[in-house]
Amino acid sequence: MIPTLFRIDERREEYTGTFTLQIRPESTNRPAPFAPGQFNMLYAFGAGEVPISMSGSPADDDSYAHTIRSHGLATQALARLKPGEVIGVRGPFGCGWPLEAAAGREILIIAGGLGLAPLRPLVYSLLGGCQRAARVRLFYGARRPQELLYRRELERWESEHGKGNLELTVTVDQADSGWRGRVGVITQPLEAAHIDGQCTVAFLCGPEVMMRFCIQTLLGKGVPESAIYLSMERNMKCATGLCGHCQWGPNFVCKDGPVFRYGSVQSWFNLRAL
Amino acid sequence: MKSMAQLLHEHPFFNGMNESHLDFIAGCGENHIYNAGEYIARENEPADHFFLIRDGQVAVECFVPNYGALCLQTLHNGDIFGWSWLFPPYLWTFDARAVDEVHAIRLDGKCLREKCETDTEMGYELVKRFSRIVTQRLRATRMQLMDVYSLQRPPLDRGQ
Repeated sequence: MIPTLFRIDERREEYTGTFTLQIRPESTNRPAPFAPGQFNMLYAFGAGEVPISMSGSPADDDSYAHTIRSHGLATQALARLKPGEVIGVRGPFGCGWPLEAAAGREILIIAGGLGLAPLRPLVYSLLGGCQRAARVRLFYGARRPQELLYRRELERWESEHGKGNLELTVTVDQADSGWRGRVGVITQPLEAAHIDGQCTVAFLCGPEVMMRFCIQTLLGKGVPESAIYLSMERNMKCATGLCGHCQWGPNFVCKDGPVFRYGSVQSWFNLRAL
Repeated sequence: MKSMAQLLHEHPFFNGMNESHLDFIAGCGENHIYNAGEYIARENEPADHFFLIRDGQVAVECFVPNYGALCLQTLHNGDIFGWSWLFPPYLWTFDARAVDEVHAIRLDGKCLREKCETDTEMGYELVKRFSRIVTQRLRATRMQLMDVYSLQRPPLDRGQ
């Protein structure tokens, strides 16, 4: 429960107000290994602590990567930090993406906006051959072309499309005529895709309302509720299931999640008051 | 090479349609290639056709004064677009521009419209099928209007 000191190795601006920190432990010890989908509590001294998903590769055993949108006091304080400065880190916490569910299946990774960050470690793991999936497709929706995360990486994944590693579909909600890619909401390419519901496992992360529409599309295509996994977001403080801030129905998002199987949380997911 | 009737037959939009209706529709269709940048439809011009994209990408745009063309959505292989031919005043309400080389089946809506007036069974069938596309696009537009990503907080972050 005591934060470990980590030094900022690199700070990368993804787009205005959203940045990625690469952090490394102050001590000579390696950071604790993590599973895709888990998160850390990042402590900006004097400002506060925030839960932020892991967004780097689980194979990187020297450092962590976190993609953060500058939004509140703690994240604004994190945004002001420069390489060489120090933060406190607790974690990794939570249950991640069930990689074992991917073996032999057709994988749909559906990311909206910043939701690509918690899914990126999963992409790395699948591309690294951690589980032999039959097919991996990534659908990524963002607001504008300027607000796409990991542009260079997306281009690389796109160029490797023909090699059968990952099939990438990127769409933006708004664009001017300079953008030559897709324009439209993420449910549209999903609707047009050929999906064998019985062989598919879907992993989703993004705004809740976006996930809701995507789940409706997936269910319409015959993907069972038990094969849909989503990452939830609630007000997390202790990250260990003690404080109760992130209680969601009978679950604590920090401890039982943030990744849940839709089939086991659908009654809570569809309850408006929660 | 596949005939027009075969091409239409294989498209989900025409799935289950009466053979004689399909043959009539096929008789109204022709293959067409549009070069990148070419306009397939122009706002306020007569809408006498609809299109089935076989290959390529089409941008549905609106011209905004002092700004230029604003892309509202793109359409892709297998998509059908253009329903203005079916409803008065039979004018395009947006521009449609080929983003890259587009191979499409162009169907003569004006001819079909006249046929639908006399063959109401076929007319009803087409209206039902186009209504499905209209509702799908309306749902997508509503979602687009919600601007869901602007409301999003950082992953797992309440922003304290």
